[in-house]
Amino acid sequence: MKLQRILAIIERDMRKFFRSPALMVSSMIFPLMQLVVLGYAFGGKIKGIKVAVVDEDHSTASRDVRQRFDAIEAGPRTLAIQNYSFLSDAEVDLRTGFVRAVIYIPRDYSRRVDQGNRPRIAFIEDNTDNFVTSEVLNRMQSLVQDLNQGLNPFQPGQRLSVPTPRLNPLIDLQVVELYPYIEYIKYLLSGSIAMAIFIVAMIGGGITFIDDKSRGLHEGYLVTPIKKSELILGLIFSGAIKGLMAGTSITLIGGLIAGIDRLWDPVRLLYLGLVLITTSVAMISFMFLLMVRVSDPLVPRAMFGVLNTLLYFPSGAIYPVEGFPPWLRWISYIDPFTYAVHALKALLLKNTGFVGIYTDVAVLLGFSILLVSLSVAFFRRQI
Amino acid sequence: MNTTETNAIEVDKLKKQFGDFVAVKDVSFTVHTGEIFGLLGPNGAGKTTLIRMMTTLTPPTSGKAVVGGHDVVDDADGVRHAIGVIPQALTSDPELTARENIAIHAKLYGLSASQRKELIPHLLESVGLTEFRDKLVGSFSGGMRRRLEIARGLVHSPKIMFLDEPTTGLDPVSRSAVWEMINKLKEASGLTILLTTHYMEEANQLCDRIAIVDHGVLVALDTPTKLKDSVPGTDIVEAEFDNPPADWNATIEKLDGVASVTIHDGVTHIATNRGPLTVGELMDLARERGVTVRRVSVQGTTLDDVFLYYTGRQLRDAASETTRYDMSHLYK
Repeated sequence: MKLQRILAIIERDMRKFFRSPALMVSSMIFPLMQLVVLGYAFGGKIKGIKVAVVDEDHSTASRDVRQRFDAIEAGPRTLAIQNYSFLSDAEVDLRTGFVRAVIYIPRDYSRRVDQGNRPRIAFIEDNTDNFVTSEVLNRMQSLVQDLNQGLNPFQPGQRLSVPTPRLNPLIDLQVVELYPYIEYIKYLLSGSIAMAIFIVAMIGGGITFIDDKSRGLHEGYLVTPIKKSELILGLIFSGAIKGLMAGTSITLIGGLIAGIDRLWDPVRLLYLGLVLITTSVAMISFMFLLMVRVSDPLVPRAMFGVLNTLLYFPSGAIYPVEGFPPWLRWISYIDPFTYAVHALKALLLKNTGFVGIYTDVAVLLGFSILLVSLSVAFFRRQI
Repeated sequence: MNTTETNAIEVDKLKKQFGDFVAVKDVSFTVHTGEIFGLLGPNGAGKTTLIRMMTTLTPPTSGKAVVGGHDVVDDADGVRHAIGVIPQALTSDPELTARENIAIHAKLYGLSASQRKELIPHLLESVGLTEFRDKLVGSFSGGMRRRLEIARGLVHSPKIMFLDEPTTGLDPVSRSAVWEMINKLKEASGLTILLTTHYMEEANQLCDRIAIVDHGVLVALDTPTKLKDSVPGTDIVEAEFDNPPADWNATIEKLDGVASVTIHDGVTHIATNRGPLTVGELMDLARERGVTVRRVSVQGTTLDDVFLYYTGRQLRDAASETTRYDMSHLYK
């Protein structure tokens, strides 16, 4: 064994490493990014949960309840209160996912308060996200407890300027869960489907595309009369078909494993197909735009982990977006994963139909059109 | 400028600059319809850049090129329809079969299903790959892939074919097969072929006319025979001597029939019109003057000598391909 030979191999590897920015990024930036993104994506304080309040009582007592909600919105900002006139409207928005819970103050609330006859407040929750549900329910329970004790919920021990009538008997919070219990595996399924599409996009739109380019295969196509828009659309649609195949497989197999109810509902399958197609096109065009000027085959491989962290975790696939700090929320807004996960959750967990997914589908489509246009603009037809 | 019926390609002061580096410097030439035209030069001479400009893959910095009657800048699409291109890299898809590779290309040129059905077996047959038609190209040898790519480049019956270093990296047998195919193509279809090469033998065997390119400049252009004739002397004697006296070159120049004596990398090149006799006289002279002859060889003028004559340096990449009478073993 000769030290010189070992040193020669070390020298060779170190020289190659320092001359490859992609590898350096992958090995140094990726763990840091994972630390920051994962660190903030899990267990953050959940804020801005959209809650509908329907006050049919319109009384001093009910106004007191609403003021307490307003105080939560202004203080810890856990809730984003939206006032509704009719319970039916609020229920529609709850089922379609525009609000996460409905707080209903019935017409007889103040009368029962006055009579001391078990005044009731109904809390109807979209229990498909256990993190959000438990946060809102905790707030509600402490609010009712405070009401019952006549205390200001935010300055314990201090009385409100307008004294709350001491109730006897106490307010009864009636909790209605909209859906059967959702296991975490069902919650995760949407993210896994989006992940399958992402992996196909990464391999097809990233790794294979750059490999073919570096092997010179593209030169064979570029000398033909093919237009760059034709070449890009061809590559994007082939990637989208592969993404659709992967997404469909994971939806069905994962759906069976997770035990999604009525998985074979044909209408839902149709909408799932629509979401999978738009997600596939959006993901592959996103990947294509990132890679349009890349020629080093190491780059897509090095970016795989970075993109995975940057797109999957902020999407709300494993923890609700409402728990993210503002900068992470911004990433989630421009992340196609977010809309895919939201739409898939709407269909798989709530079976909302088109009304629960059309915003996501529209965003994904708009996103795709923008990305494809940019890809065509940036693609070099020449060498 | 329009290509006339006799000119398939017209290149006028074509230039390509990458930053400060000028890869092609104001090159002008014409390629006649139906001829095999060779761009001969070492690696880095600018041949691939030239071919890429003519095939619309790289925009020229200045100058003009008209290919098949279409300007490469103003009517790139017209050029692409008129040409078939076999780039230097192997560009067939290894994950597809031979037939699939040709079929995909045929679709890119808009050939109908019936045209494809008729044409693809014919093309595969013409390049001797019929029995491998359903095999993945990844399992092919370099020569087979090259032949497949030639077939693929012919799928739309182009008027002009560009082959960039068509035999680089191929073994001698595959190389001969590719040469044979190129010759057949020319005879059968009257195709105009422009090829680049750094192999002297390839240029000599295939090309009707050769343009010698070095450092981005076209230094000579003619038929192989005329290019060889343009070098003084009909034979070249190459010799290496130990401790020659100061007037040694001048002494050799005085030998009967010697046209010129040059030294390149320690090797004396003697252009003479009576090669074997000059060798004999040289040996006598060396014995008289006490000069040791380490090596001597003689051959007819080759394109290597042409290259040396016009560029002042040898085409080293082609050294292993030359067929010289190396007599060095006699003097060891």
